[in-house]
Amino acid sequence: MEFLAEAFKKALFLIINLDKELLEIIFLSLRVSFSALIIASIFGIPLGAFLGMKKFPGKNAIIIFLNTGMGLPPVVVGLFLYMLFSRSGPLGFLHLLYTPTAMIIAQFVLAFPIITALTQSAIVKVDPVIKLTAKTLGATPFQIALTVIKEARYGIFAGVIAGLGRVMAEVGAILIVGGNIAGYTRVMTTTIALETDKGNFELALALGIILLTLSFIINISLYLLQKRGIPPNIAWI
Amino acid sequence: MDLKLIVSKIWKVYNNKPVLKDLSFIFDRKRIYVIMGPNGSGKTTFLKICALLEVPDKGKILYCNSNNIPLAKDINLFRKITYVFPQVGIFNASVFDNVAYGLKIRGFKKKEIISKVEEVLDFVGLMHKKKQNALTLSSGEAKRMGIARAMVINPEFIFLDEPTAFVDIENVKIIEKILLELKEKESSTIIIATHDTSFALKVGDVILKLEEGKILT
Repeated sequence: MEFLAEAFKKALFLIINLDKELLEIIFLSLRVSFSALIIASIFGIPLGAFLGMKKFPGKNAIIIFLNTGMGLPPVVVGLFLYMLFSRSGPLGFLHLLYTPTAMIIAQFVLAFPIITALTQSAIVKVDPVIKLTAKTLGATPFQIALTVIKEARYGIFAGVIAGLGRVMAEVGAILIVGGNIAGYTRVMTTTIALETDKGNFELALALGIILLTLSFIINISLYLLQKRGIPPNIAWI
Repeated sequence: MDLKLIVSKIWKVYNNKPVLKDLSFIFDRKRIYVIMGPNGSGKTTFLKICALLEVPDKGKILYCNSNNIPLAKDINLFRKITYVFPQVGIFNASVFDNVAYGLKIRGFKKKEIISKVEEVLDFVGLMHKKKQNALTLSSGEAKRMGIARAMVINPEFIFLDEPTAFVDIENVKIIEKILLELKEKESSTIIIATHDTSFALKVGDVILKLEEGKILT
């Protein structure tokens, strides 16, 4: 018990004193995760919107594929990308292995299906009358699509936040492709794993507290967004 | 430019049952036309076909200009026609933004949008609710907002599908007043589908009865 209290005290000391190593790790984690999230959103939101609005052969197969991707094991993603980026791999010439770029790609692969699938689901839930109303008010097909996306905005934001939650907590893929190199590819989750192994609980615990706080903030945002997005109960429709 | 709507020999069949049979009519004046008929008589189908939201199985829908030349069914024509659904189709936004939608997508300037939207909101008695989320309006207020949203774009044709459904007597009276004032302005041809006889008699210039897929005037 004493050991836990001591580790906790030292961890708080590191946080309060804004320890340089701790800050470096946090900033790299945020840089990698937010970069992956922005890229996944740029590709995932339009694709999800397209899947939600258009009918075409093979659409259901893509949706099933994306839903499967939502539960993709991070270590499998890490392994696959390692094989692609390793010296003897097809993309070895890019020299991406053990770089933050490889970590961003790994997190992109994990966030993309979540953002795409949840965007598609949010778009499908928009009342079809909204689309027809936009049309009959004179909107062009592009303006109709933007209107539907706007109506689904809370569901889409929820998808982006769920994607952020997934990548922030992820350890397997980035450990494999990033290599956990101090000062270069070491992020919060990989540091926690390493320092715990070494018995250096203070830093691991300090990062754990920060990670939990971030996770708490993400979940609060998700809850508030979902609550805000629920339309009032319209009894007359 | 005054538009004329020519409905020529249209047929519509649902589940092997003809809903509209060889139906023809010309809507050629800035009046209020009311289509009446029991539930399932095809009022909404007829209205949607006229508004180019559905395609008839047979027959033609033509919008002609004053020289009787049919217009192409493109965005220019669609922007002259608008349809208010029974559920109104409320965007999750303020009453102001809902009403401003048609103007925004047409590229109107902000100042012009504000002035036009406030004018119609005042006309339908919803000025005091302009900042409120439109999803929180009562059914009667939502219907009035739907009419305001249609009016603001100054269309040649306004189609109103069951404008008094789910509406209390007080709001029905307000909607009647709005439509009668709108008729005075003679800016749009208004075509209404309803099964509310008293409302139809109060606002309608021409009452069309839809029975067994045919129009009886």
